[in-house]
Amino acid sequence: MRQVRRYNVALSVAVALILVGCASQQEPEPAAQPAAPVDVEPVQTQPVQAEPESTDFDSRSRPLMPSGRVLATRFYFELDQARLSARDLRLLEMHANILTRNRDRRLVIEGHCDERGTREYNLALGERRANAVSSFLTSAGVRRSQIEMVSYGEERPDDPGHDESAWSKNRRAVVIYR
Amino acid sequence: MKKVIWWAVLASLQGLDALEIVIDRGNDNPIPIAVVPFASSNSTGDISGIISFDLTRSGQFSPIDEENMLSYPSQPEDVYFRDWRILGMEYLLIGRHLSRVDGGITVTYRLFDVTAEREVKSGEITASRDRMRDIAHRIADEVYEEITGIRGAFSTRILYVLVENIGTSYARYKLEMADSDGERPRTLFETSEPLLSPSWSPDGQRIAYVSFETGRPSIVIQELKSNVRQRLPSYPGLNGAPAFSPDGRELAMVLSRDGNPEIYTMEIATPARRPRRVTRHLSAIDTEPGWTPDGKSLIFTSDRGGRPQIYRVDLRTSLTERLTYQGDYNARARLLPDGRHLVYVHRREGIYHIAWQDLETDEDPRVLTETSLDESPSLAPNGTMLIYATQDQGRGILAVVSIDGQVKYKLPSSAGDVREPSWSPYLDTLSAARGL
Repeated sequence: MRQVRRYNVALSVAVALILVGCASQQEPEPAAQPAAPVDVEPVQTQPVQAEPESTDFDSRSRPLMPSGRVLATRFYFELDQARLSARDLRLLEMHANILTRNRDRRLVIEGHCDERGTREYNLALGERRANAVSSFLTSAGVRRSQIEMVSYGEERPDDPGHDESAWSKNRRAVVIYR
Repeated sequence: MKKVIWWAVLASLQGLDALEIVIDRGNDNPIPIAVVPFASSNSTGDISGIISFDLTRSGQFSPIDEENMLSYPSQPEDVYFRDWRILGMEYLLIGRHLSRVDGGITVTYRLFDVTAEREVKSGEITASRDRMRDIAHRIADEVYEEITGIRGAFSTRILYVLVENIGTSYARYKLEMADSDGERPRTLFETSEPLLSPSWSPDGQRIAYVSFETGRPSIVIQELKSNVRQRLPSYPGLNGAPAFSPDGRELAMVLSRDGNPEIYTMEIATPARRPRRVTRHLSAIDTEPGWTPDGKSLIFTSDRGGRPQIYRVDLRTSLTERLTYQGDYNARARLLPDGRHLVYVHRREGIYHIAWQDLETDEDPRVLTETSLDESPSLAPNGTMLIYATQDQGRGILAVVSIDGQVKYKLPSSAGDVREPSWSPYLDTLSAARGL
């Protein structure tokens, strides 16, 4: 049992490394953009600070970028895919920095799909999307105990429409701080 | 091609939640039959109308309209075959029902072969008066079997999920059970969280489904008679796609507790319920298990080859073979009772259809449905028809298609989005002890 677990950790690190590898290639950007205003900033180069920072969250408990702007919490995917874009990986690195500075904070990662395809397969695909986010975060230093995942498949669309515009908004992973 | 258009707004009689049947297309050569209005000691309901509609929606019969009949016999002495030959009828069904002093009714029927001029089948059914529809479906089953040689499946039920206020924060998910014609719907469970994947035990007395009522997915087994619900122990990650084995002793399911979705089976008859892992594929999605009729293998969806395709695994040897090759998305397969034919969701040019495939020939899959976003095919127990979920003007509806693709009808609901249909096994609907 313990061996299996160790193997899984090794696997998830491997998956995360593959994801980082993917990040260096040019990924097609998802059609939909997050609704919240966000900036893409270069990844912090300073070593991660051990002390929690009061500037990590705003008064409404939303995670903040070093610039003080609200950090995106929705990450979008291509049809049938669970690959994060290079831009999303940069944003997730900022989440990882916040979570490593704030070890008492927990994160729920939701995985979602658009309505196309079968419901149970979409539950699995949604989980794969949540896993992609989780693997990256743990490879960047976030503890597994800080992360919970739940896949809703196609059951909880952001946009109840039936066209590509709605579908692109629904293929997503969402991170929620607790 | 003969087009049969039928509008049966029976929903108005049963309340707004009932599904309404709209027949798009029937068989090319349906059998002409006359179902004469049954004689009655009082007006307790329209038994012959229900029988006639059952036969019509099978697509294999074209019952003649009542107003075109030349006579209305209810006993053999009054039958003049000439009247029915003139109308081109091949079969004639007559009957009568009597109210009993104990509050029940007795219905007798007689089926005649018009060409041979002889009675080919008769029957008498006694039940309580509230079983009127069950009696009618039973007679339709017996008539259907006598003429086609195939067991009728009108006395069956369907499970489905009804979603009200979809896309709002006060969405309601209702697990519904209705007669196979959409009548007499009743809510088995209701929650504000998603419900999906309802399926029947082989004896029709229990159902299993996935509920997010705790905020996480868990598999629930519910007894239909008592409505007692039992949530199975839930593991981290997915707990989904429950499917009862043909002997009812095991449940196949998907769990992702070891990191990725894998197929498991679990003894549900024994108290120590431990899932046994069937598939071992570390990076793939394995899901949507279904049993072969002999209970020795499972079919399932896997993307181990890069894209979702259908596979079959032998439970004893673990030998696994791929069953589908055409197209880049084949999922949620179910086997016909013969174990040889497969139905599944098949994507072709970006459109999701229900397809049919013969596993013993190398023929390409045949697309059965022309709609889009078709999913969740579920077979009638006699294997002649399947029910599936599709969309009509942006709304989730149920639809039925025959396995030969010739007969099609829709079951829209006025109450909301309907999806995830599951056709019951054969049921003994007249046995009151069942409480169905």
